[in-house]
Amino acid sequence: MMPRSRAAVCAALAAVVLVAAGCRQEQPVWEGPPPTSLAEYGLFVGNGSTQQPTEGVIPYDVNSELFSDYAEKYRFIKLPPGGQAVYHPDEVFDLPVGTILAKTFAIPHDRRDLKQGERLIETRILMHREDGWVGLPYVWNENRTDAKLELAGGTVDVEWIHDDGQRLTNNYIVPNANQCKGCHKSGDRMIPIGPKARHLNRDFAYAGGIENQFQHWEKAGVLARAPAPADAPRLAVWDDPESGTLDERARAWLEINCAHCHHPDGPAANSGLDLMASQTNPTEFGVLKSPVAAGRGSGGLLYDIVPGKPDASILMLRIESTDPDIMMPELGKRLIHEEGVALVREWIAAMEPSPEVEARRPLASEEGRAVARGSAKLRTAADHAD
Amino acid sequence: MGDGTGQSRFPVGMLAVIDTLALSVACVPAQAVEFFWNSIMNNFRADVLAAIVLIAAISVGCQQEETSSGAAPSLVRIEPGADAARRIQEALIQAQPGDTIELAAGRYDFTSTLSLDVRDVTVRGQGHDKTLLTFTGQRQGTGGEGVSITSDGVEIRDLAIEDTQGDALKINGAEDIVVRNVRTEWTGEPQETNGAYGIYPVMCRRVLVEGCIARGASDAGIYVGQSEDVVVRRNSAKENVAGIEIENCTRADVYDNDITGNTGGILVFSLPNLPAGNGSVCRVFDNRVSDNNHRNFAPQGNIVGMVPPGTGIMIMAYDQVEVFDNTIANNQTVNLAILSYLVTEKQFDDSDYDPYCEAIHVHDNRFEGGGDEPQGKLGTVLGALLGGQFPDIAYDGLNDPAKVTDGQLSESLRISIHDNGDADFANLDLENFEPPLKWPTVSRDADPYASPLEPLAPVIWEGLAQ
Repeated sequence: MMPRSRAAVCAALAAVVLVAAGCRQEQPVWEGPPPTSLAEYGLFVGNGSTQQPTEGVIPYDVNSELFSDYAEKYRFIKLPPGGQAVYHPDEVFDLPVGTILAKTFAIPHDRRDLKQGERLIETRILMHREDGWVGLPYVWNENRTDAKLELAGGTVDVEWIHDDGQRLTNNYIVPNANQCKGCHKSGDRMIPIGPKARHLNRDFAYAGGIENQFQHWEKAGVLARAPAPADAPRLAVWDDPESGTLDERARAWLEINCAHCHHPDGPAANSGLDLMASQTNPTEFGVLKSPVAAGRGSGGLLYDIVPGKPDASILMLRIESTDPDIMMPELGKRLIHEEGVALVREWIAAMEPSPEVEARRPLASEEGRAVARGSAKLRTAADHAD
Repeated sequence: MGDGTGQSRFPVGMLAVIDTLALSVACVPAQAVEFFWNSIMNNFRADVLAAIVLIAAISVGCQQEETSSGAAPSLVRIEPGADAARRIQEALIQAQPGDTIELAAGRYDFTSTLSLDVRDVTVRGQGHDKTLLTFTGQRQGTGGEGVSITSDGVEIRDLAIEDTQGDALKINGAEDIVVRNVRTEWTGEPQETNGAYGIYPVMCRRVLVEGCIARGASDAGIYVGQSEDVVVRRNSAKENVAGIEIENCTRADVYDNDITGNTGGILVFSLPNLPAGNGSVCRVFDNRVSDNNHRNFAPQGNIVGMVPPGTGIMIMAYDQVEVFDNTIANNQTVNLAILSYLVTEKQFDDSDYDPYCEAIHVHDNRFEGGGDEPQGKLGTVLGALLGGQFPDIAYDGLNDPAKVTDGQLSESLRISIHDNGDADFANLDLENFEPPLKWPTVSRDADPYASPLEPLAPVIWEGLAQ
């Protein structure tokens, strides 16, 4: 009896193991509860410390990138087995359920010589689940052996040698899972920002050589219906004068740093300010536009952008501030992006000054002030009225 | 996950499901299998039973994940103490629709914005004098607001939000929102460095702000912008630049509020270049709007920066506003002003924008004192036209030329002022204020405006408590 019963037990055990394995296998990472460890996504070789992607995980870059306190960023996309992105000329590519986007933020030890290495800070995951996109922050441990899910975000003290040789420090902010939505929300949905034609239309240095990202994705079978790169839109590279005019580069910087909120479906739609590079109405992108709910952010200035006068423009004031109630963007950065700010300043300074600003304003005119002082003429008019 | 530090959770949410799985064989097999194997060695029959139970447990585990979104509503209680801000934020991120997050009495210090983006969640304190959320140490790069709500069906109640860097409570793009018995305050002297708005729903639908207290905002204590179906009632606003501001909304009722000691009491504004378009249909009634003579401490450039200290109620560029049964007293510049956006002298480029007030109906209000010390640029320049004393009701007389026939607005668009006791009135005729070319002729005759307009309908929606 014993052997038989042992066999039965073994069979039962095997069943347990099978069921357990089945339970795992049938549930891809985007269907279960969010992994508590980044390693569970299987995106990177080894413990991920070298950021070397595994098979099927494609690294990519964007033309102009969001400023994140001088962090270097590594972006990756992994489509579900057999899944394909579908090209769109203006909107985010249609990415199937199961798509995982990863962005790792790292602070180089010495910005003048990136070969000296870097400190991995966090990897943000955007995952397309059945019920929509979800954003999850993973924070690397100091030994860079693993990154753990931190839904409430956190802070990390970092230091580095800057481009000018100065040693800088920062209390780097890892946004919480809700703050992910602060930038990634469009209408009622959460969506990725990077995977758009105009951001992705550029070359990338793959292990196998330099290639346009569209062409590479198509060859890999993960992108459908993309036109030739020359026929697709391409945003300027904000710091590469060969990639576009001053206007195009400043608008590119404003789009990637501001337009995720400041567009008609974004979290800052209530401001009426649309900083998408495709916006053609100057009032909509801030020229002589009055602030709406800027509060202290107006800094006592009248308009978002005053052509030719960067120092009279609220936009400049806000991107040059580190005051939490004034600074823009308000999330995900603590430092001022000196180089980007200089570009926007140059752009506003180069605008043709508008004669409309000096248009007749009776209440502010010399005559208006005379009224306030009690001009005899007006007294007479008022008396007549009585 | 913050368990054991004053936080408890019943019965399951996403984390609870993770915990359940972690205890099941499927996800942490080592101990369980060891136990299993040892018991097999000792007692075969029990083992078979155990195996069956385990298999069942595993399959239940798998199913449970799939159905976790249907979990019963739960109550999460959080107490002050170490890491409380983080515990609250985690609870708000992990909340399921229907959940209530209850904050015990005490003080909670935040260094970053507290945000909620899960629908149908209630956040409840023990009273606006007992549960205090303070943001004195708020750091840059973590958001400008104190509390940010972006999901539908949320109720926040019985707590205070103090000393935020930016806005205290911002609710953006949500429906069916209740803000009840909440206090938003900048606790020191009112000053320019205070945040802009206290209670700030914007681009929302069906918003009730009730029983709240707002103090010290450098823009508006209670500001509802670009929203549809709004009720603001039984609140108190003092020592803000604007007590209550309704901006570019459609259908708003503002009643039973006590508005005193602000720069301007109640502002009903329609501004250009906004996605929601022109503001219309607003009833302001049964309010006490008195002694709003505080210096204006709004940063310039903001629209409220031009509101003169001593303004009771100011209606600007709005259509269909009914102001009735209010007590409007001792506002030193003007108790009630009806103005066009043109008086701001600001540029706008918005072909859909209507900068004029139309269909304004002012009746059955009690006016007392006020108008005797006009201040600010608007107050002094226009006050001079009036010989230094504003009437209770001042109207700039600016109308859309396209809508005026024989000098009159049409029957449905006209201004109506009647039954306001002995309140006095002036039409400032700013149409003709073009110094030095043209000078206005002020008219103090209210008779042309005496014919009543139809009353506006109350704002109601299903589920709005009375």
